[in-house]
Amino acid sequence: MCDTCGCGQTNNPVTFNKPEEENEPVQHDHSHGQPHDHPHDHSHGNVIQIEQDVLSTNNLLAERNRGYLEAKNITTLNMVSSPGSGKTTLLEKTIQNLKKELQFFVIEGDQQTMNDANRIHATGAPVIQINTGNGCHLDADMINKAIKNLDVADNSILVIENVGNLVCPSLFDLGETYRIVIISVTEGDDKPIKYPTMFHTSDICIINKIDLLPYVDFNIEKAKEYALRVNHHLQFFELSAKSEEGMDKWYDWLKSQA
Amino acid sequence: MHEFSITMNVLNIVEENAMELNAEIVHEIEMDVGELSGVDYDALNFAMQHTKKSELLEHANLVINRIPAKARCKACKHEFDIKDYYTACPDCNHFDHDIIQGKELRVKAIKID
Repeated sequence: MCDTCGCGQTNNPVTFNKPEEENEPVQHDHSHGQPHDHPHDHSHGNVIQIEQDVLSTNNLLAERNRGYLEAKNITTLNMVSSPGSGKTTLLEKTIQNLKKELQFFVIEGDQQTMNDANRIHATGAPVIQINTGNGCHLDADMINKAIKNLDVADNSILVIENVGNLVCPSLFDLGETYRIVIISVTEGDDKPIKYPTMFHTSDICIINKIDLLPYVDFNIEKAKEYALRVNHHLQFFELSAKSEEGMDKWYDWLKSQA
Repeated sequence: MHEFSITMNVLNIVEENAMELNAEIVHEIEMDVGELSGVDYDALNFAMQHTKKSELLEHANLVINRIPAKARCKACKHEFDIKDYYTACPDCNHFDHDIIQGKELRVKAIKID
């Protein structure tokens, strides 16, 4: 143990005080001036156990969102996918065809532009655009602010179109009722095992653009098999938002949620 | 690169705790990060180097405890090591399992003065 500076004394941390202060501890300088002839540990510091989940703030806020939305009987869908899978087209068609039966509110997430919000606005559904700037995902705090701003009605359907990204949004609970992952047949059928975290955390998988199946190598059964390996509980919808093939089952499911 | 926003969360947690304890400097941040946490170790290290700019945190070393992933088969209850979500149970070949370890993403401890 070093009597000069106190290092190595586990319960007696090094203190730094000015000379004029009471009980003057030694001003601490590691070039001690005099050589030591004994070995000692120069690593300082007290170890304080924290044991705090890194995403705890987001998760708590997500639960607050969930409670608020449940109390108002709002079914909330968090739509996640790669860019270009057809989320916005699917949403446009869904709102156009169901708006007489269901009330939709939409939160759009993109790095930049109002393009998607403008498309949804044209359908008549109230919409708010979140531009994340450089951000690669939406988080619960953004949704909390957007819900307040959007004034979502009781007994409605709130759709959150997340930033097009199959990796990052998977870690951020928003308080949704269902997470819906969308893949299109122009992508590889091994997407579920290439990006398993997103498929693992989703409830529903929509396979979009099935009108293009004759022109691409996408094997729909293989894609479903891969997805089920990652998540046994996934429910599938195979459809084309463009040709509207397969949309009826999707609409029936949505209506059953209201 | 969600590792940057993860890092911001880590630094908020560390800063909050360090300030509560009247720390003048944080020497070390120790984290438990599971292999299936969805966070890349190198990206986390990289993000940390470029975000800890405050006087309190700038000298803090990041120590990552890599937690290997384990699953328990829902069919036969066998526990086994996994590297991904889609490995079948080595005993009964079933794919349905619970991840019982390897999703950790937490600040375990800090070393302060």
